[in-house]
This record gives sequence, C-alpha cells and structure tokens, in this order.
Amino acid sequence: MKITLISRNSKDKFHFTWMTICLIIILFLPLLLGIGLYLKSKLLLDSTSVFDILFSKEWSPIEGKFGMLPFINSSLWVTIIAILIAGPICLFSAIHLTQYAKKSFLNFMHPIIDILSGIPSVVYGVWGILIIVPLVSKYIGPFFGKETTGYSILSGSIVLAVMITPFILNILIDIFQTIPKELQEASLSLGATKWQTIKKVILKKALPGIISAITLGISRAFGETMAVMMVVGNVTKLKYGVFQPGYPLPALIANNYGEMMSIPMYDSALMFAAFILFAIVLLFNFASRLLIIKYEREIK
Amino acid sequence: MRHLKIKQFEESFFRVIMFLSTLLIVLTLFLIIFTILYKGLPSLSWEMISQVPKGGFYFGKEGGILNAIIGSLYLSFGATIIAMIISLPVALFINIHLVKRKKLVNAIRFILDLLWGVPSIVYGAFGFAVMIYFGLRTSLLAGMITLTFLIIPIMIRSMDEVLKTIPIGLMEASLSLGSTRSETAYKIFFKQSLPGIITAILLSFGRAIGDAASVLFTTGYTDNIPTSISQPAATLPLSIFFQLTSPIPEVQNRAYASAIVLTFIILLISISSRFLFNKFNKHNIKS
Repeated sequence: MKITLISRNSKDKFHFTWMTICLIIILFLPLLLGIGLYLKSKLLLDSTSVFDILFSKEWSPIEGKFGMLPFINSSLWVTIIAILIAGPICLFSAIHLTQYAKKSFLNFMHPIIDILSGIPSVVYGVWGILIIVPLVSKYIGPFFGKETTGYSILSGSIVLAVMITPFILNILIDIFQTIPKELQEASLSLGATKWQTIKKVILKKALPGIISAITLGISRAFGETMAVMMVVGNVTKLKYGVFQPGYPLPALIANNYGEMMSIPMYDSALMFAAFILFAIVLLFNFASRLLIIKYEREIK
Repeated sequence: MRHLKIKQFEESFFRVIMFLSTLLIVLTLFLIIFTILYKGLPSLSWEMISQVPKGGFYFGKEGGILNAIIGSLYLSFGATIIAMIISLPVALFINIHLVKRKKLVNAIRFILDLLWGVPSIVYGAFGFAVMIYFGLRTSLLAGMITLTFLIIPIMIRSMDEVLKTIPIGLMEASLSLGSTRSETAYKIFFKQSLPGIITAILLSFGRAIGDAASVLFTTGYTDNIPTSISQPAATLPLSIFFQLTSPIPEVQNRAYASAIVLTFIILLISISSRFLFNKFNKHNIKS
C-alpha cells in the first residue's frame, strides 16, 4: 500500500517536472528565435548600419552590398494588394454567411474553408503558375495596356489573396457570431431594416475585430514563401509596378540558401532578412491579438 | 417613398455582392482542385508512386517520386511524434495544474498564438542556424527538429481548445477520489478528450507534410529512400517545386501529378480526422 503510494507520488512528481520543463521551453521559444536570428545577423549589423541596410537599393553580395529596400518594397506591395483583394471578399462573404445564409449553408462552407486552408502552399503555387500567371499575361495585363510575362507582383498578390482568404474568413465568421443577438433584435424592433442593422450596429460593433482579422491576414501574407516565390518572378528591378516582377523577402531567403554558405556576410544578411520578417510578423500579431482579446472582453 | 426605394436597392445590391463573394470562394476551391486534377491525372501512374527516380528522371526518363513520398512521411511522422511528447504535457498542464490561474493561462495562450503566426521560412532559417551550431548536416533529423518547432504551437493550441471544454466537475470528482493531478491528466482528461487530441495531432501532421519553406535548408534532397535519420531526405513539396522548375514538359507534368499526390494525402488526413472526431466524440461526457 505504502509502496504504491510512493510510486504514485513519484510518478506525479515526474510528470509535473516534465510538464513544467516543456512549458518553459515553449515559452522561451519566441525569445530564442529572436536572439538566435539576431546573433546570426550581428556580423552584418556590425559592419553596416541598420539604416543603410533597410533603405539602400544596392544588393550585390559579392561586393558586400546588402541593401534590402527592393525586397522590402516587393513584400509590402504583394501584401497590400493581396489584402485589398481578400479583405473585402472575406468581409462580404462573412456577413452573408452569418447574417443572411441558412445554417445548412454555413455548415456546407466549413469543410470548404477547412480544405482551402489545408491545401499546401506549393500546390497553390502550381495552381498560380497554371491559371493566374497566364491570366495576368494574356488578359489582365493587355486590358490595362501593359506587357507582362505574368510572373509579377500582381500574380503573387492574387495567389496570396486566395491563400489568406480561409484564414481571414474563419476569424471574421467567429467575430460576427460572438455579437449578441439582443443587439440586433433591439435594432430591428426599432424599425431598422436588416441591412441598416448590419451597417450601423453589427459592423460598428465588430470593427475592432474586423481590423484585427485583417491585421492577422497581413502578417500571414507577409511571411508566405513558396507559393509567392513560384509566381512573383524573383527579379530585382528598379522599375516598380504591379505588372513588374518582384522579389519579396521570404523568396530572397528561400532562393539563396544554397549559395550563401561561402560568404559569411551573405549568410548573415539572409539571417537579418529572416529577423526582419520575424520582427514585423510578431509585431502585427501582437497588436491584433491584443485587439481581439480586448474586443472579446467588451462583447461579453 | 423614393428614399425607401433607394434603401431597398442598396440592400439588394449588397446582398448580391455578398452572395457573389461567397460563390467566388467556393468556385476558387473547385477551380484549384479541377486544375490540378486536369493537368496532373494524365501523368499520374502506378509507376510514379511506386518507384524512386532512375537515371535521367529529371530529363523526362523513367522513375517516380517514391523517395519524396516516403521522405515526407518519415519527416512528418518524426516531427509529429516529437511534438506530441512536448505538446500533450503542456496542454494538460495548462488545463489541469494551472486551471485556477486564469491570467497566467491567458498569457501562455497569447504566446502560443504569437508562435503560431511566425512564418515557416523564419523557422527554417532558425532551424538552419541551430543545425550549424550543433554541427549537424542536412538530414532527416535536422528537418524533424525544424518542423517540430513549427507544429508545436499548432498542436498545443488545438489540444488546448478541446481540453478547455471538459467540465471542471470531472477534475474535482477525480481529485476528490484521491487520484493525483497527473493521474487525472493522463487517465481522465486524456481519455475524455481523445478524439479531439487525435484531430489535433492529424491537423499538425497535415501541416507538417505540406510545409516546404521550413525544411528547405535542413532536410536536403536525395533520390534515395533514407535508411537512417542522419541521412538527407526528399520531401514531396520540394520535389514538386524542383520538377516544376525544369524546362522539359514531361517533368513539369509529373510535378502536377505529384501535386495531386500531396493534395490527396492532405485531404485524406483532413477527412479522416473529421470522421474520427464525429465517430468517437459521441461517447464523451458533455457539460
């Protein structure tokens, strides 16, 4: 009896220790990621000022010039256009699904959203090459009177927009569903139409939630690598425009990993690129998660 | 009166737009699946999924992508198992030992959500740095460790979402009968939420098998099936990517066929997890 009790207690202690260790490892992981990437990029930061790296256009690893402006620029463009496409579509769809559509239709949409978010990014890239790139080069480009190969910022943004749609839509549906029914009923009983209620009550109430969903979408889009890399062209040019090829930060890291081994400074520059990505995404995530938490508290 | 008409028009106008948005999303999914099937099915053959690349495979000669299928499965299995060993205790710990400390638990969830948002390429770069630091070479092991970082937040948060729904009365009953906290965790909570936990594990597995950016630098690439974890391995996403960059049409067609294989594996995982969840979730105590 006593022996089993001792062994049970020591088992409990063992599990407790292991659980605590695991938890501490996880909690320190963000810090570890940040410090690790910073230490690796220190070599570059010691020789060049941060300002020069972020705002210089010259990228020529052999000469030791690591200006990241073209890459940051591409990343921003791809992300912004993707959000401009996906944001309104998701918002409209989320309102439709939560306010107008039947419950059975929403149930039909859930697996669709699941599958869309489950498709791996390489497959999105393949689809982008097969459909979006020809679409941009044959129809959208000529429509605006531009000549383009199709491998462009616009193609990257469209593919990216499709990829972040399930992500944003899921959050938006959640947000619209948490709005108390009483609020809508009060508005309807005062004689407002359904659409007025949506416009003046629901959207107003859900605004912080909508903003944070979009922000989360931005941070997701900013770090997406493979699919964008496959359709965006990966050329740095001084010419800017949506029909020109771009070269976003994640693609820069992914494309050059083989070659950089021989030049330590190059390696350090790519690690710094990863550090920038990490910092920006973390910042956006941090802000939007705080906003969501605050929003949920207010609703309840 | 006219004013009212305009209002009604506005509502019906937006209703149409909203419906079209939803329709667009549904159609896009079908378009993606249709495109991949249409382009890939003609090149999909038994030979392709049962053989490793032979000489000249990347010039359109014989062979298949078995090396990549097996490599991806090894990699994801390994990463999922390592992640499970770390994630399950953490998820249980949050919901049992720390259940009274709401603020701490919320802070932990917040950090996990942040980690979930970190792009996989960043994990890839970090994993590469760790690999160099420990003097490892590109190998299955290095890839598994990198993938583990990537899927741990996903796994813990999904398990956590299930464990959160278990009524606290169950814990109180178990503790009052004299069981220790870890017994309550592994014998009561674990069993009670098993369907949800399996779903969480399958979800992470699906994420692991589809991800390319994180294993780009750490797993390497080879035409052989790895026999130990210190050897490099091919992965399905990378195999698709490499075949697609080839200028030869036959090789490109095989990339589309490989995309079918990858999509099929992921759909299978997602559907079976849904099925398992529905089948076994019936028997649980509900609050």
